[in-house]
Amino acid sequence: MAWKYLLAGTPEQSPNYKMADHWWGMLIDVTKCIGSGNCVRACAQENDVPEGFFRTWVEHYHVDDWHLETPVVESPDGGKHGFPVVAQNTGKDFFIPKLCNHCADSPCVQVCPVGATFVTPDGVVLVDEKYCLGCRYCVQACPYGCRFIHPTKHTAQKCTLCYHRITKGLTTACCEACPTGARQLVDLKNPKDPIHEFIKTHSVQVLKPHLATGAKAFYNGLDGSVR
Amino acid sequence: MNPVPVVGFMYPNEAELQWSVLIVLYPFLTGLVAGAFILASLERVFKVDAVKPTYRLALLTALAFLLVAPLPLQLHLGHPERSLEMYLTPHRSSAMAMFGFVYLWYLMVVLMLEIWLDYRHDIVTLSQTTSGWRRWIYRGLTLGSDNISAESLRIDDRVGWIITVIGIPSAFLLHGYVGFIFGSVKANPWWSSPLMPVVFLFSAMVSGIATVMLLYQFTARMRKTRVDMRCLDTVARYLLYTFIIDFSLEMLDLIQRIYEADESFRSLDFMVHSRLWTSQVVIQMLMGTLAPIAILGLAQVYKFGAAVRRRMYALAGLLTLMGIFAMRWNVVIGGQLFSKSFLGYTTYKMGFATREGSLTAVALLILPFLILWGLVKLLPPWEERKV
Repeated sequence: MAWKYLLAGTPEQSPNYKMADHWWGMLIDVTKCIGSGNCVRACAQENDVPEGFFRTWVEHYHVDDWHLETPVVESPDGGKHGFPVVAQNTGKDFFIPKLCNHCADSPCVQVCPVGATFVTPDGVVLVDEKYCLGCRYCVQACPYGCRFIHPTKHTAQKCTLCYHRITKGLTTACCEACPTGARQLVDLKNPKDPIHEFIKTHSVQVLKPHLATGAKAFYNGLDGSVR
Repeated sequence: MNPVPVVGFMYPNEAELQWSVLIVLYPFLTGLVAGAFILASLERVFKVDAVKPTYRLALLTALAFLLVAPLPLQLHLGHPERSLEMYLTPHRSSAMAMFGFVYLWYLMVVLMLEIWLDYRHDIVTLSQTTSGWRRWIYRGLTLGSDNISAESLRIDDRVGWIITVIGIPSAFLLHGYVGFIFGSVKANPWWSSPLMPVVFLFSAMVSGIATVMLLYQFTARMRKTRVDMRCLDTVARYLLYTFIIDFSLEMLDLIQRIYEADESFRSLDFMVHSRLWTSQVVIQMLMGTLAPIAILGLAQVYKFGAAVRRRMYALAGLLTLMGIFAMRWNVVIGGQLFSKSFLGYTTYKMGFATREGSLTAVALLILPFLILWGLVKLLPPWEERKV
């Protein structure tokens, strides 16, 4: 089936996909992330992300016992090539994968002067690059640093939650490439999705909850020092 | 492309600044417009007769700067050819989209109309007394209305007054809105403040009054005419009053931030003591605010001669404009120098002869003065040249 579209050079249709039946998000289990950078590479390859910009990235945190509010964070080349093993005597180390939080009350959608960035009925924040002015207001408004301006298209770009894949029943490229299952695509409208049981039994948080953006990137085992 | 020098940790997409010196120019130019108009309204609505010699000059200054104000935005856009979409399909929740309408309202309904009504008598007379291409221009500017009877001029005056009354809140709206564009970004604690529109508004008034004060002195010198010291003293006094309010608001914001010292404070404090020390503390606060307030205050307290006062006002005006430009710089550029993770800092590298470089910025700062020169030639604002 897919070959037909591939050879014709047209996007594959998904006639059975009903947007109203889904509400997408992502679950990130911090305790499982090993900082391999597979997700970053897979995303770059799948979405043709330009060099030096990131739709997803991984941060390495080192939190010292005496400096809980000022962690040492690094993300060389977005963690694309993994992280060197460093022996630390004190404190703790962990990895935080980041991506667009696909906020329900998204600040980037609010500020776009022409509505080129929007939330789809199935809860994914997208950018219409044929309509975007390239004013960069959305980049300023995103509290998570998830947006950038494409160096040659001059329009805003960000994670699409692999919309071209998830509407065909596939998972995202980053979830598929993760060797430990630390990233899971979740559909909150699907009663059979394991996310419901997971949220009941685990302490799940979102980034910067005080900003009330309705973020849908859910983190399990998130340390308080993470920004 | 050389990597941007970064200290600490920035989110990987953050290192490069999104808004350049052109976005610094945008609130600076818009501020001059609002301030110049409010000065003009002092004479028209509040009957401060002493500032009458600056009335028309202030209106033309506001128009010249308003015509240039959208250019830095246009040059900054990734797709300037799509900018009309902001008017055709505006996104109503966006502060930026609504600004387009505020701008148009101010340009077409307030400023253009007020200038036209005020000059209509002159335009009609000039269309009958000049010859050649000038005659055609003035004829066009009459818009087919050549009735300058006493009754018609009385109506002009009345309508002009109403437009000025509408224009004052419009000028407040124009620049308050620019402040809101920054003040409503909750992701950025340097910008996110309900005081931002108010601070922008008062700093706009300060910069507009200072510009007209300088232009009035400069044009008088060029035309070798006497400066009306009563007028100049009054303008300087209003500049001082507005400046004191502006400074108090900025200090209120600063004291609140220092006392609260929330999670972003460490970042902001570091910036003020390092990357923004010169532009914020030295240029904006000491040279651009305290020094002109002291000079203008001295002129109020001690009796200096007219020549000394003129020089004091000129110096205070120049320092004021420098300070307000630095304020815009510190808001726009300063607000992007730290990471939204509050764990690192980046650097702004300004290009020279690039689309958003310093050469373009200088050209955009000179352009309003060229337009003003043309406007002054076409519609002389001088009292003695009133037709």
